[in-house]
Amino acid sequence: MTETLDQIFVILQHWLVGFLPAGVRSTAGAAIGVAAIVSVFPALFALTTVLERKGLARIQNRIGPNRVGPLGILQPVADGIKSLTKEDIVPLSADSAVHFLAPLVLVVSVFMGFAVLPMGRNMALVDMDAGLLFYFAMGASTELSVFMAGWSSRNKYSLLGAMRAVAQMISYEVPLLMSSVTVVMMTGSLSLTKIVEAQNRYTWGLPHWYIFTPWGFAGFVMYAIATTAETNRSPFDLPEGESELVAGYHTEYSGFKFALFFLGEYLAMFSISGLGATLFLGGWSAPFSFLRWVPSWFWFFSKLTLSIFVFIWLRGTLPRLRQDQLMNFAWKFVLPLTLLNLFVAGLWRLMGNGWERWAVCSAILIGAYAAMGRVQMRSGHFDPRSYRYAE
Amino acid sequence: MLGEGILKGLTETARNFVGSFVSAERLITVEYPEQRIASFEATRVFPFLVYDQENRDGGGPEWEAGLRCVACQICEKECPPKCIYIEKSKDKKLDYLGKAQYYPARFDIDISVCMSCQICVEVCPFEAIKMDTEFELSATDRFGELLLDREQLAKPNEYYRQIHPSEATEVDARLAEEKAKADAKTKAAADAAAAKDAAVTKRAVRSEEPSNR
Repeated sequence: MTETLDQIFVILQHWLVGFLPAGVRSTAGAAIGVAAIVSVFPALFALTTVLERKGLARIQNRIGPNRVGPLGILQPVADGIKSLTKEDIVPLSADSAVHFLAPLVLVVSVFMGFAVLPMGRNMALVDMDAGLLFYFAMGASTELSVFMAGWSSRNKYSLLGAMRAVAQMISYEVPLLMSSVTVVMMTGSLSLTKIVEAQNRYTWGLPHWYIFTPWGFAGFVMYAIATTAETNRSPFDLPEGESELVAGYHTEYSGFKFALFFLGEYLAMFSISGLGATLFLGGWSAPFSFLRWVPSWFWFFSKLTLSIFVFIWLRGTLPRLRQDQLMNFAWKFVLPLTLLNLFVAGLWRLMGNGWERWAVCSAILIGAYAAMGRVQMRSGHFDPRSYRYAE
Repeated sequence: MLGEGILKGLTETARNFVGSFVSAERLITVEYPEQRIASFEATRVFPFLVYDQENRDGGGPEWEAGLRCVACQICEKECPPKCIYIEKSKDKKLDYLGKAQYYPARFDIDISVCMSCQICVEVCPFEAIKMDTEFELSATDRFGELLLDREQLAKPNEYYRQIHPSEATEVDARLAEEKAKADAKTKAAADAAAAKDAAVTKRAVRSEEPSNR
């Protein structure tokens, strides 16, 4: 029974495919998987938009949307109808082809990332040997779409927003990869399914998730910072800083294309949260061994929702950074720590199974964090701004 | 240590988040169409014309007969955005003092132009124009429906007392005082006239007397 519930979607897929002739079965199976992803995650997106608005409202002691449907839960339907019926305006001087393609490229490349995520036992659409590599390749191509949008709009705000977005995403791509590489070092595989299986072991009822190791914890924190920047979420939402840039690279988008951008951003957030859960939080494995009877996909989606909640919480708490703070943070703080973390992960691997590795690795990481924090938090002395070349 | 502030901030927002579900007084939002709060006494939206209900000779509807406005056009001249338009009447009517005065044959306020500055109220020497508290004035026609005429603007003094009680009491007292003064004056004048008449008759009588002798 437990087994059936755990594999219910896989069984369903096989049952559906069974009606078809043998020749098209594998294609049809993939198509069903794609259809599931393409319907589940946008639904989650719709739910998230309204819950995010309500959550942010509660953080600010407001009520939030409560007009459409019971408790405002149908708000996304109204939003959807609105964005579908709105006029689609393309600026006269815009490069219309690129302008049209940009949101599509974004959504497609974000959806591609979902293909390799194991959303439950046997529930990865494509079990690729280099799944992580594929994921990051797809994630990196969202930058292209952002720049396409900013460039084709022929609008200074769009272009500035796109420049910022690209600078930010490329800067944080490095710590993102570096913090993930530690997991690959430990598992010895780029396959996400293998990474989850490596964490799906229990000692005294507790899981072997990578977050419960010093390097894993440090890696997870830096991964979380980098993903927040990578998905342009607050406090790293400079690319669409409303107070400075109207709306950043999607200033010139309206109606359904804007909705696609919105969808793309949220989907990127989901998929990167899913990846984070897979890498550090044990993917679909249960948090305690006695909870292993609960379906694996439930655990994956709980971890995903928890990450989304943290994203919203951070958005409700932190103010936006300045561009130089953003860059300094990426290159001077996160990147050195991720490099150090690579070293620590290696050390962890080489030091055997004793308690010493816990002490040594934790000490190195905490010491480095405290020292770097202290040095970089030292309040700088600012002179009047001088321009060396523009006098 | 680095990150302390973030943790502190996260605790604060978490406290707000949970607190808004637990304690109702945190949620200060008034859900407007269903919930309303009484307007403050000093609330002002757009001006209206006060009319007295206890009335005097004039024919026509009560609001027209009782208008305090005497079409002096001071407010029209003072209005900064020039949203008031007044046409003076040809004939005169008795005002509350019993004095013959012009009245506005037309009095229009374009509330799409009005900026609610209250200057018209400040300059009016006749307490005829006051600020209203009615704010639900949406209209489907931008030009016709937002141009309010005399009839739409006229509201009874009773209404004024309701929306601005203390201010209205003051105004009523002042008007009553003026009326009393005016009454006393007319009475004095009447007395004087009567006395004069009496004196004249007396003299006449006296001048006739000798002939009777």
